[in-house]
Order: sequence, then C-alpha cells, then structure tokens
Amino acid sequence: MHLPISDKIELNILHHNSHQAEKNKVKFNNYNLLCLNIMSSPGAGKTRLLEITLEDLSKKFHTAVLEGDMTTNLDAARLEKLNIPVVPITTGRACHLDANMVSGGLKLLEKKINPDLLDILLVENVGNLVCPAEFEIGEHFKVALLSITEGEDKPLKYPIMFREADLILITKVDLLPHLNFDINELKSNIASTNPKADVIEISSITKSGFDLWQNWICKMILKFKNN
Amino acid sequence: MTKCLILSMEEWAEKKNKKKIVVEKINLKIGEFTCVEPISLINTFNAAVLGSWLDSSEITIETIPFEGKCSKCNKLYFPKKENGYKSPCCNFNLEEIISGRELKIASIDFKEK
Repeated sequence: MHLPISDKIELNILHHNSHQAEKNKVKFNNYNLLCLNIMSSPGAGKTRLLEITLEDLSKKFHTAVLEGDMTTNLDAARLEKLNIPVVPITTGRACHLDANMVSGGLKLLEKKINPDLLDILLVENVGNLVCPAEFEIGEHFKVALLSITEGEDKPLKYPIMFREADLILITKVDLLPHLNFDINELKSNIASTNPKADVIEISSITKSGFDLWQNWICKMILKFKNN
Repeated sequence: MTKCLILSMEEWAEKKNKKKIVVEKINLKIGEFTCVEPISLINTFNAAVLGSWLDSSEITIETIPFEGKCSKCNKLYFPKKENGYKSPCCNFNLEEIISGRELKIASIDFKEK
C-alpha cells in the first residue's frame, strides 16, 4: 500500500444534475420553448392553478405540461381533460424532479407532439418545499406557490425555495377573511428572503389574481422569445 | 443528494481505475444555506455504500457559514432567520449571498493498492 494521496477536486456534488439541466435548457432554447418549474408544498394548489391557467393560456399559446408526482397519475389525468399534451413523470420514492427525469419526460413529449410547435412547457414539480429548490431541471424561471393556510413563517423556514423563485404566488387568498393570517407579515418574510421576487396574490375560487399571473407568463414568453 | 455524491465518486474513480485504489476520506464543503443536513448525508451515504468499493470510506464535512452582504453599507454579516435574514447594521433585506450555498466535494484522500 502506498502513502495516501489527496486529490483536490472542488467538484459540485450536483454537477451531474447541473450538466443534464444545461442540456435540457439547450433543447428548450432550440425549440424556442419557455419552461417554467412550478413548485410548492403538497396541497398548495399547483394542479388547480394549472387547470384554471391552461383554460385561457392554451387559447393564446401552444402549451404542454410535464406532471411530476410520486406515486400516481391523478394530477396528469386532471390536466389531460384540457386537451393539451401532458406527460406524467412518476418519481417513485424521490421527493423532487431532477434534470434526468425531465429529460425523459421531454423525450416522451416529443413522441406526442413536435416541441417546435409549442410556446410554453409547464413542469409541475413534486409537492415539497425542500429538495426541488436545489435541483435545476433546465427551467427558465421558477415559480413557487405558498398557500395562506401554511402560515406566514414559511419563507423563513424554507428559505432556499423562496430565495430561488422568480415569482411567488400566494394562493387561497379567498380564505383570508376566515383565518387569523397576516398577509403583510408573509410579504415581509418573502421580501427579506428574496427581495427580487415578483409576488402575486391569487385565488382559484374567486379567480382573483389570475389576470396578473397570466400577464406575468405573457411577459416572460415575450422576454424569452425576444432574447 | 447521496445518489449525486456516489455518481460523482464513480465518475472520479473511473479516471483513477477504482480497482487499484482505496478511498479513505471524501472531504465535503457544505454551505449552511443549502437543503443538506450533514449528519443525514453521512448516514445515508454510509448505508448506500455498504458492500461497495466505497464501503471503507469516511465522509468529512466542513460547514461553510452562511454570509450575506448588506446592500446599503456593504458590511458582511451572518443572516439569521430569527431576524428575517436582514442585515443587523441597516436592517436591509438579504440581497447578496457571499457564502453558504456550497455543495462541493473539496478533496478525496485515497491510497493506491
């Protein structure tokens, strides 16, 4: 046995994922396809948000969805009713989508539709406020949802998720009159974690805020297509 | 995260001919502002590599402090969640992160058989 050698490699642990995420992004760019990574805790309203959003959005833009779920295709089945291409990605025991899974999902999508015909790809991540924040998938923008029933303190408790997001949607705001919830405190906690994020209050019941959310998407599509 | 670490080790070992080496230590740098709990990473790694070529290797973790820069006065500070990550000097929101996001294999200590 020889003397020990120290190999100083300074390698990012996630470099495999980052490398694949870059490849995904190149593919999205070649297809001229804007990709949004939609993240939140379970039950914050991601799938309902997409159902309502897609009703209007799919009239203006060619849209597809990659639907991440741990064990079922239930959410994908809901979105398929909107007659848009949906690819379910079942992660098994994994609590987040990674770049490889999205690459696989994209290959399946390519069998359903020529992505050159698409404008926007919405990726619904697995419900979790921790791991999805660390794993890039090749997205152009990250959208994090936070429902008011989760509490004002969540941006402080799960800071990386809210730090990484380009847009934060505060969902279920129709419940505000019924809860002892301080939305200004929540906004202050969001601002202290991520002062640069856009913030929109939204309700899937009253549909308030959906115009702002749709405008944000349109703005991002234009920004992306003009780059 | 453990899977990513093992994949990175496999890739590194391919260049070294892993049959001819014994990895003694994998020295990581993990930032405080990441989703990684060091002890969990060590435990899951130890469980995952049982019986493999990495079975005898040990993980060491250097924790990199979470440090921000006040965007008003440029002073460095250690953001705390109790204070909403704001700068204690000017009470400004956290804009620039100087360190704490690291997830790195800093070095690998190994012996040739």
